[in-house]
Amino acid sequence: MITAELTGQAVSVTRPAAPSAGARIVTDGLRVFYGRTEALKGVSVAIPSRQITALIGPSGCGKSTFLRCLNRMNDVIDDVRIEGRVLMGGVDIYDRHVDVVELRKRVGMVFQQPNPFPMSIYDNIAYGPRLHGVRSHADLAEVVEQTLRQAALWEEVKDKLRESAFSLSGGQQQRLCIARVMAVQPEVILMDEPCSALDPNATFRIEELMLRLRTQYTVVIVTHNMYQAARVSQHTGFFLLGELIEFDRTEKVFEGPSDRRTEDYIRGRFG
Amino acid sequence: MSSAADVSLHPGVTSRQARVARLQQGVAFTVLGLLSLSIVVPTVLIIGFVLVRGWAGLSVEFLTAMPRNGMVEGGIYPAIVGSAALVAVTMLLAVPVGVLGAIYLAEYARQGPLVRAIRIAILNLAGVPSIVYGLFGMGLFVMVIIPAMARFLHLDPHRSSPSCLLAGAATLALLVLPMVVTTTEEALRQVPQHLRASSLALGATKWQTIRRIVLPNALPGILTGLILAIERAAGETAPILLTGAVFYASAMPRPAEALFRPFMALPYHLFAVSTQLPNAPERLRWGTALVLLALVLGFNAVAIALRVHLRRRRG
Amino acid sequence: MRRLRRLWEKLIEGAIRVSGVAAIVFVALILGFLLKDALPVLRTTTLGELLVGHEWRPTATEPQFGFLPLILGSLLVTVGALAIAIPLSVACATFLAEVAPRGVRDLVKPVVELLAAIPSVVFGFVGLVVIGTALQKAAVSTSEAVPGPEWLKAALNMPTGMAAITGALMLALMTLPTIVTISEDALAAVPRSYREGSLALGATRWQTIVGVTLPAAKSGIIAAVMLGIGRAVGETMTVLMVTGNAPVIPSLTSGLFRPVRTMTATIAAEMGETAHQTPHYHALFMLGALLLLTTFAVNTAADVVMRRGKHVERR
Repeated sequence: MITAELTGQAVSVTRPAAPSAGARIVTDGLRVFYGRTEALKGVSVAIPSRQITALIGPSGCGKSTFLRCLNRMNDVIDDVRIEGRVLMGGVDIYDRHVDVVELRKRVGMVFQQPNPFPMSIYDNIAYGPRLHGVRSHADLAEVVEQTLRQAALWEEVKDKLRESAFSLSGGQQQRLCIARVMAVQPEVILMDEPCSALDPNATFRIEELMLRLRTQYTVVIVTHNMYQAARVSQHTGFFLLGELIEFDRTEKVFEGPSDRRTEDYIRGRFG
Repeated sequence: MSSAADVSLHPGVTSRQARVARLQQGVAFTVLGLLSLSIVVPTVLIIGFVLVRGWAGLSVEFLTAMPRNGMVEGGIYPAIVGSAALVAVTMLLAVPVGVLGAIYLAEYARQGPLVRAIRIAILNLAGVPSIVYGLFGMGLFVMVIIPAMARFLHLDPHRSSPSCLLAGAATLALLVLPMVVTTTEEALRQVPQHLRASSLALGATKWQTIRRIVLPNALPGILTGLILAIERAAGETAPILLTGAVFYASAMPRPAEALFRPFMALPYHLFAVSTQLPNAPERLRWGTALVLLALVLGFNAVAIALRVHLRRRRG
Repeated sequence: MRRLRRLWEKLIEGAIRVSGVAAIVFVALILGFLLKDALPVLRTTTLGELLVGHEWRPTATEPQFGFLPLILGSLLVTVGALAIAIPLSVACATFLAEVAPRGVRDLVKPVVELLAAIPSVVFGFVGLVVIGTALQKAAVSTSEAVPGPEWLKAALNMPTGMAAITGALMLALMTLPTIVTISEDALAAVPRSYREGSLALGATRWQTIVGVTLPAAKSGIIAAVMLGIGRAVGETMTVLMVTGNAPVIPSLTSGLFRPVRTMTATIAAEMGETAHQTPHYHALFMLGALLLLTTFAVNTAADVVMRRGKHVERR
């Protein structure tokens, strides 16, 4: 880890020690502008594969913006400009020739507010596979059951698959959304504050789910809850005002952070 | 699930399914665009036709002279004046009731069956066919109310008639009433709640707050709605067909008597010129159409400009 | 002094409340007066005879007041208009709400609003003078020599160009803005989160529109279409001027290309010449009452559909 400090302003450049053999996603000088405002100021980081990486920091610090770059959801915003590279498997996903549709099949996203479609539970899960060409009734039913089991939701909904997704509680809806993402068989799952709209009970069950997901997916989760980050993640990145201040193994960040600002945040000296 | 070794995300490589999906999207978007174009084109054509062919008929004389020679020559001055007077009286009748009604809905009414009934009533009023308004205007104003007024005011029966400007204006006022109420209520609701709260906290009464704070603040929005109502009233024909519009008036009535006399109006004039005057010159027809269209679109332009200005002010 | 002001306020607030319920009063008045002058017709004919009577010959020596040709005329023109307008409108609304870049949107949307502002008499005028003559010129006068189905012969032989289809075309143009605007609002009201969720799963924008956005906006679009129906049924001047004025039952095969008469046009055309309080007069009022009840039903149904759609959104 290289931390360079220039006079006055600390510029933190976190680079992996070796060419990213174990890393799924590598960003290089990623900058994002909303109009004139620079929301992300040159972030370079290597996110390891098949681990849970948590991004923490006060609100408005750019962690959600960063996350949305990883599956190019920022593209849908008007007046946004993105510079730098985001590499997956050695390929820059912002390359002009990369198909965004393919990218989003491989990099799924769960949002802060559970957002099931206004359809039945079954149709919500089947939506993704249907998009990507799965037609057979049997295949769809199998995907629905499989993903619902993985999301630990199957027992609760197996008798009401045809009912509206809105009949579920908030926590169940969020697990449904996670199952929906898994149904398209991604390699990476991005989660943007997935539990902030849920009660502690529901949060607990989703954290359990996350830990189970770890073995199969690369998970990047943005959270404003430090304790959640400490509970579930193996790596943590601390964002402040659009910069990635520190990125390291979770224990290191929480027990002995390198940067003063990280320590201040962890100790609750600012929100 | 998948190997950690690589993400097969090469530039230029897409699955067949994604390529098909993109193709479908391209076709679909193109079709949508073309269909939308097929709405734009006739509109432009209609306005263009009226503009181009009507231009030849326009002249100072056309706009300021009385019709002559069996309505085939001269100008349409009385129709222009008649329309102006008609719309003015219409708004005089519609605005008080409409604005006050909107104030009730926005400021005083509480959720409940009464408010729901009022809203359904407004919705239905807005949907009444214009000819039915004409029938109603005939049945109520022309047959009942105006004669009663005439008796009460001792009007000379030779210089007044039940089918008159007032009847036409009252009918039109009913027609535009739902518009006035809806747009005014919308404008009132846009006024931020904290302004009202501050006023009340300073000891003002509810009505004082409305009069001094809410109404002035909502005024541009209200005006926009009123201009749209004027535009609507200026263009309607069916309601005035049966309540007092005439094709030929021997002379302009004296202003004092005009309320209770039949009137000429642009939309009705256009209708009559195109259906009842087989030997009218083309210029006359198109010229009338142009004047009417220009008037209506002019109001529209002002309303849109106001709305844009409003939105900009809001930030 | 203060007591005077308080009294004044009470007065104003009273006026406000009265204006609030005015809408209900007016709806009741319209219905009431229409029925008052319509019901007397039931002295000479039953409602059933009116509704299914084949002949509309009000001025014959033995007057016949069968509504059926008029009802079918209205139906034919309305259905024809909607067949054109609905696909075009939904396509345009989708285009404006989901596909068009902002620059294009800022050009097309005002054009649609412009279309809405054009007075119906101008549509009738342009239809009469332009489309009518075009169709007339295209007519093949020796229709007998043309082999083929009935409707083709009729289509090629429109002596005046005034037929149901002319009315349907102009009416389609007039209903377009209503359906487009309300459908576009319905589409824009679909929460962003649905679109984002779909895109994040790897769907193209078109797949998202078809799979998520349009279904979610379904009730709003249906309501828009219903309001369009109401508008089309109630339109008077345009159909009066371009559908040819033949109160006959439209033939199944070629009715589209022959003249018809709608309910609205009948009232507008005949009321002016009808003596008051005659059976003809009452029959026309009954026709008006029928129209009123139809538009009431359609508008109330549209409101219910919109409300039900909003409830589905509530989680």
